[in-house]
Amino acid sequence: MNQQAHAASHVIVPRSMYFTIFAALIVLTGLTTFVAFFDLGLANPIVALSIAVLKASLVVLFFMHMKYSSRLTWIIGGAAVFWLGILLVLILSDYAMRGWGG
Amino acid sequence: MPKHESSSALVPDENAAPASDPALRHHFDDLAQQHEAATLGMWLFLATEVMFFGGLFSAYMIYRVWYPGTWGDASRTLDITLGTVNTIVLITSSLTMALAVHAAATNERRKVMSFLVVTMVLGVAFLGIKSFEYYQKFAEHHVPGLDFRFEGQAPERANLFFSLYFAMTGLHALHMIIGLGILSVILYMAWRGRFTEAWHTPVEISGLYWHFVDIIWIFLFPLLYLVDRHR
Repeated sequence: MNQQAHAASHVIVPRSMYFTIFAALIVLTGLTTFVAFFDLGLANPIVALSIAVLKASLVVLFFMHMKYSSRLTWIIGGAAVFWLGILLVLILSDYAMRGWGG
Repeated sequence: MPKHESSSALVPDENAAPASDPALRHHFDDLAQQHEAATLGMWLFLATEVMFFGGLFSAYMIYRVWYPGTWGDASRTLDITLGTVNTIVLITSSLTMALAVHAAATNERRKVMSFLVVTMVLGVAFLGIKSFEYYQKFAEHHVPGLDFRFEGQAPERANLFFSLYFAMTGLHALHMIIGLGILSVILYMAWRGRFTEAWHTPVEISGLYWHFVDIIWIFLFPLLYLVDRHR
């Protein structure tokens, strides 16, 4: 663990990697805005959110160096996503079952 | 976290980091462990932030499921061009922030300072464009509680959309303002030459915060501006 943490603190990725990720993020931003003007039915929010998840993953993995981080950091990042999933899924299922609103 | 193999009191441990590094706090074995602890602490804080924004995203999700028509009508009053430009501005600021961290790791002090300044200028530009959008909303009477009017059907439902719009983008803008304050401190520390190749943790974890605020916007942008644009 100490070895791993030591390695993680000294990881230096080539600067070109940041520009590659940046280019991908800009292309995806253009794509999501472009696609928004077409009627894809139910797929519109799915496509928009999938692109958002992909962009967020690129930022987390490369800009935030998660790819080069210790397993403990991965667990905390994973826990954040998992807990958010509990929040959203349980709230949505609760409201759906009760038939409130609408 | 496992500690170092305990070294004899008489024989100095050759693997131990030099205790002379002024950045090393006494309760850590070495700089690597100190760095790992700081990084983990920041990620834990960001995990709580995910839940903080998660409440607002939940509210958005429920009302959008209930009132899809009104959500679309209200969403289409937002300026998609300004929204897209602001997304690009913020992503570019994330790039320059990452380059500032890279420069800190390679011990290029002037580059650290330049990239931090560019990042902050882009952050201010984002807030400027956002302010202009707020100004438009005020002019259109789309601000809940202030002589709110909505041309479409069900203005009371549109009121909910704009309440969430201002709550979510406002909380995001507050995070940007706090981020600018944090980067000012980091810039001052860089100017004073506080960072070395071995220790520049504050630059890195401030970068984590800045990128996180970028990620929040990456989700706010499609949810508020895009999902009902085609109708």
